[in-house]
Amino acid sequence: MSLPNSLTDLCPQIRRDIVRMVHAVSSGHPGGSLGCVEYFVALYGSILNHKPQRFTMDGVNDDLFFLSNGHISPVFYSVLARTGYFPIEELKTFRKLNSRLQGHPTTHEGLPGVRVASGSLGQGMSVAIGAALAKKLNKDTALVYSLHGDGELQEGQIWEAAMYAAANKIDNYIATVDYNGRQIDGDVDNVLSLGNLRAKFEAFGWIVTEIENGNDLLAVINGLNHAKTLLGKGKPIMVLMRTEMGMGVDYMMGTHKWHGSAPNDEQLQKALEQLPVTLGDY
Amino acid sequence: MMKNYTYTEKKDTRSGFGAGLSELGNINPNVVALCADLTGSLKMDAFQKAHPDRFFQVGIAEANMMGIAAGLTIGGKIPFTGTFANFSTGRVYDQIRQSIAYSDKNVKIAASHAGLTLGEDGATHQILEDIGLMKMLPNMVVINPCDYNQTKAATIAVAQHHGPVYLRFGRPSVPNFTPADQPFVIGKAVLLQEGTDVTIVATGHLVWKALEAAEILHGKGISAEVINIHTIKPLDEEAILKSVSKTRCVVSAEEHQRHGGLGDSIAQLLARKLPTPQEFVAVNDSFGESGTPDELMKKYGLDTINILEAVEAVTKRK
Repeated sequence: MSLPNSLTDLCPQIRRDIVRMVHAVSSGHPGGSLGCVEYFVALYGSILNHKPQRFTMDGVNDDLFFLSNGHISPVFYSVLARTGYFPIEELKTFRKLNSRLQGHPTTHEGLPGVRVASGSLGQGMSVAIGAALAKKLNKDTALVYSLHGDGELQEGQIWEAAMYAAANKIDNYIATVDYNGRQIDGDVDNVLSLGNLRAKFEAFGWIVTEIENGNDLLAVINGLNHAKTLLGKGKPIMVLMRTEMGMGVDYMMGTHKWHGSAPNDEQLQKALEQLPVTLGDY
Repeated sequence: MMKNYTYTEKKDTRSGFGAGLSELGNINPNVVALCADLTGSLKMDAFQKAHPDRFFQVGIAEANMMGIAAGLTIGGKIPFTGTFANFSTGRVYDQIRQSIAYSDKNVKIAASHAGLTLGEDGATHQILEDIGLMKMLPNMVVINPCDYNQTKAATIAVAQHHGPVYLRFGRPSVPNFTPADQPFVIGKAVLLQEGTDVTIVATGHLVWKALEAAEILHGKGISAEVINIHTIKPLDEEAILKSVSKTRCVVSAEEHQRHGGLGDSIAQLLARKLPTPQEFVAVNDSFGESGTPDELMKKYGLDTINILEAVEAVTKRK
C-alpha cells in the first residue's frame, strides 16, 4: 500500500507548524508534538469518520477523539487546522491573548475539534469512556479514541479508568499511549518506571496491541486499522505506540530536554532546514 | 407574625434527592446517574432499579466518576454523580475544575452527608469547606436545599439548567416544611417569614433552626425576617438587599466553615452595596469530630441558641 501525497505531505508541514508556533511565543511543548505527528495525520487523515466543517459538541455518528496529554496542543491544533476544522491562519494566535488556541486545549473559547479541556494530566481516559458509554446508550456505532502520554500513566485516575473500562466492557474505544519514554524531568524509567506496560493493561483486562514505529505513517495507519478489528469483543483496546520525542528535528531527538522548551531564532532556522515546505507555511 | 411555611414531618434531604432523581428518570430519558459505591446512602436505588441501563456503578473511584460524567454529556446525557459531599468536592476538585466546569459540561454533582450532621463517622467525612470550593469555580451553580421537599424540587429543577451544578444535602431527618408543590427557581431566595428588626439568612439544615429562633425572638418582641437561601451561587442579591435595607442588620447561618461559605458571599455583597452589621453562625476554622448530629451542632455553635446570640449581638451594632 502506498500512501497518498495528501497524507505524506502533511507530516513535514505539521512539523514546521509546530516549531514555528512554539518559537513565535517562546513557549509550548515541541518534543511530544513532533513525536505524535504521524499518529495525528493517520487519525485525522485516514482513520476517523468525522466532519471537520460541521463540528458539533455531541458528534452524533462521528468518531470522537480526546487528547488527554493536552500539552501537545501544537500538533493537535495544526492537524485540526490543516484538516479543515478552523482556518490555518489561526495557528498564528497560538498561546496569545484572546486566542481560541490556548496553551492547553479547551472548549471554553469554542474552538472546533475540541470536546474537553485537557492539560492537567490523567483525565482524558475517563472522559473518553463517558463518551463511549453515551454512544452505546444512543445506539451510535461510531468510535471513540484517546491519546495519552506515557508519563501521564503515573496518574492514578488512569488506572481507575482502565479498571472501569474493562469491567464494563467498553469495546467501542481505542486508547493509544505515546510511548516515547521521556517526561519533563528525564527518562520515564528514571522518574517513575512504568514497568511492563503491556502486562499491566492486559492484567487490567484490555486487549493490547503495539505499533513498533509510531513515526512511520503507514505503520500507524495499519496499527490503528488493526486495532479497529479488535473492537466489539467486550474489551477496551490499548495501542502502545513507540515514538521518538522531537522526531524530525535532529537536535530535539534523543533527549527529554525539548519536552517543554521552545527553540530560539537560530534553533528555529536549524529545525526548518530539516523540514521541507510541502503545503505552505501559515 | 406572617409565616410562609408549615411543619409536616421529619425526613432526610437525601431521600428528597432520591425521589427527585427517580422522578426525573421517568420523565427525562437523557438523565443518567453515576455512583461511587454509595447507592443506598444516596438513595439512588429506585433510579438504579427502574433504569439499570442508565445507572453506572463506578466503584470507589470518584475521580474517574467525574470524568465519565463529563464524557457522558457529549451525546446529550444529563449525568448526576452521587457520593458524599467530601468525595464530591475536595477529593475530585481538579477533575471538576478542568473536565466539568472549565469544559462547560452539563454535570450535576449530587453531594450527600454534607457538614457536621453526618455525625458519628467524624471529621474525615464531615466536609465543611465544600460550598467554598464549589462557589469559587467559574460557571458552577451551588445549591443547598433545606428539607426533603425542597431537595426533591431542586433535583428536578437542576436537570432543566444547562451547566454544572453542585447540589448539597445531608444525612439526618429534619423537619420537612417546604410545600411539596413549591416551584424551585435556581437563584431565587425564599422569604419564609417577614420581619423588621433583623434579617436571618440561612441555608440547608440551618433554615429550620432560623425559623425556631425567629419564633423565640417573636416571643421577646423582636421581629425577625427569615430568608432561605437555597442557591448560594448565583446569590439572590436583590432579596438580601431588600430585606437588609429594611432591618439594617443580618445574621447568616450555615452548616459550613465561616471562611468561604454563604456568610462570606453575603458579607461581600453588603460590603459592595450596603455596608451592614453582620454576625456569622458557622464553624469557625475547625474540623468536626464524632458525635450525634445534635451534639455536634451544639458543640460547634450551629444551634438555635447560637442564632439567638448572633441576633442579640448584631442588633446592638445597628
